[in-house]
Amino acid sequence: MRFVDSFLDGVRRLEEIVHQARIEGDVAEIDAKGLKHKELNDLMRFCVERGAKKLILKNVCGQRYIGTRLFFNPGVKVEIIIYGTPGNDLGAFLAGHRIVVYGNAQDGVGNTMDDGEIIVHGRAGDVVAMAMRGGKIFIRDSVGYRTAIHMKEYMDRVPLLVVGGTAQDFLGEYMAGGRVVLLGLNLENGRHRCHYIGTGMHGGVIYLRGKVEKYQLGKEVGVVEMEEEDWKFLEKVVDEFCGYFGREIKMERDEILGGNFMKLIPVTKRPYGKVYSY
Amino acid sequence: MIKPRDDKEFQGCGIFGVMDRSGKRFNGEMIVEAMKNMHVRGNGLGGGFAVYGLYPKYKDYYCLHVMIQDWNEEAKMEVDRFLDANFDIVHDEEIPTNEDANVENPPLFWRYFVSPQKKGEDKKLSDDDYVIKKVMHINTKIKDAYVISSGKNMGVFKGVGFPEDIAEFFMIEKYKGYIWTAHSRFPTNTPGWWGGAHPFCILDWTVVHNGEISSYGTNKRYLEMFGYYCTLQTDTEVMAYAFDLLMRRQGLPIEIVAKILAPPMWDIIDHMDEKKKKLYTTLRMVYAPLLINGPWTVIVAHHGEMFGLTDRIRLRPITAGEKGDLLFLSSEEAAIRAVCPDLDRVWTPHGGEPVVGRLNEKALKKVIG
Repeated sequence: MRFVDSFLDGVRRLEEIVHQARIEGDVAEIDAKGLKHKELNDLMRFCVERGAKKLILKNVCGQRYIGTRLFFNPGVKVEIIIYGTPGNDLGAFLAGHRIVVYGNAQDGVGNTMDDGEIIVHGRAGDVVAMAMRGGKIFIRDSVGYRTAIHMKEYMDRVPLLVVGGTAQDFLGEYMAGGRVVLLGLNLENGRHRCHYIGTGMHGGVIYLRGKVEKYQLGKEVGVVEMEEEDWKFLEKVVDEFCGYFGREIKMERDEILGGNFMKLIPVTKRPYGKVYSY
Repeated sequence: MIKPRDDKEFQGCGIFGVMDRSGKRFNGEMIVEAMKNMHVRGNGLGGGFAVYGLYPKYKDYYCLHVMIQDWNEEAKMEVDRFLDANFDIVHDEEIPTNEDANVENPPLFWRYFVSPQKKGEDKKLSDDDYVIKKVMHINTKIKDAYVISSGKNMGVFKGVGFPEDIAEFFMIEKYKGYIWTAHSRFPTNTPGWWGGAHPFCILDWTVVHNGEISSYGTNKRYLEMFGYYCTLQTDTEVMAYAFDLLMRRQGLPIEIVAKILAPPMWDIIDHMDEKKKKLYTTLRMVYAPLLINGPWTVIVAHHGEMFGLTDRIRLRPITAGEKGDLLFLSSEEAAIRAVCPDLDRVWTPHGGEPVVGRLNEKALKKVIG
């Protein structure tokens, strides 16, 4: 029986695809049409090595891991503008670059992202910000299941995820650190449908704008009062959100901040500490 | 017989469905393009297509697509004899294939257009139940023969290869239908063989599936009580039979069936109003053995209807898109955009909530009559 590596099978060499990139000064434009995952990432790396600081990707349609293999020493930072629909694991392990998507993203946006920014002018799929450990992600619309699962933080490295719409179940599952802000701008009746919010959560903070019932929360999270520093933080976050999407959303900054916010934090740092002990 | 591989590959399958709700038929090119976009979701060990509105000339006859493993002549003769004894065969032929296609060791595929010839005890059975009984006979009693589809005016084309290879092999660009579903396989637990490719079919019900069904044993034993026998060595088969049992035989709508296969958790039911609580509790108690556990997304079709459904905590992806009369269901949004960039709407349902496409009234009369 034959076995095919569907990722690498038929991947073309750089010289066969280089005509799909055009570098002018420090801006590179890549026509992603028909490129496989690896080919597109090869081309992106090639352009950055040639001095491009800004990569404009057109006709993107499902290519995965965009931006993943752009780790440079000492830290070259580039801007990646994407038109189309990037594939799964957009910006996985992202090393400080800035990705802007004009369109929707799929599953795994910012998977284990290290640093940088991802801004999506659209919606995103499941497991956004999974195991994210630094940087910022802004999604204009809604996200899918298990958003921010096992997001983490260490000292001054505190990742931030801001979602303009709502999330589906298991938001912040096993969350170990970082900040998640769910703005609920597109809720029809003001209530999130998400269940099992923060199940297994043991670090970090979730801010929710809009209503959720107590039973929608996991057993490991508690609701605490918003304090002044929370409001200050949210003001900054909402300003940044409006800076990116102000023209596309129908709400003003003050209207967003005037909403009903809820702050969720874990009840314990080790929710399962006793499970395997006797 | 196929020996299971003892190594295990971990990946997701790719599934896609497209329906024209006005009943307009279109060829297979669009769905092949969409599947190519999700090439990496499969590994070349299975691909397949289901087409509805396929055989308008013979639309009143059941069409059996029969696969003869290893071109076993005896099996073919036995199938001929068996069908001749139990049906009127109005037409039969080898399913045309392209010898140059990139596939290895294809079996023989034959199609028979038949109408039931019931005798004795069997007279009590409805035509549909009679056909199921005979299909089960072929699948379980005739060595090397498998009925891969058995509905009217529809058919399944599947095998070992990437979907685009299977499309080339069966030349599906020559066929037209108003619903197309497709599957790209990455077998994880069971052998990659021609019969194990998706879609799975009984009568005109087809299922393509991404994921694995950890409740397979329980589901299988329950379905056996209703005369369904699983022979194709893969978990998805139980889905096809479950849909046939619940929807065709018991007449339940998908909105209820979704709550049987992917019921809400008990702690969610606890917070429902009394009426809903009673309904959901009853469903869970009556149909407990049909709870489909594990990570799964399916796209199911039968005449007039196509729907997508995931497990209740959505452990496998699905995206729905709409453009005019066209409804798309896909593992990934990009695959839809690859064939229809300017969608009117794109969304992802909650786990356990079906996305349903139905023919509009006018089309229903025209297509099903």
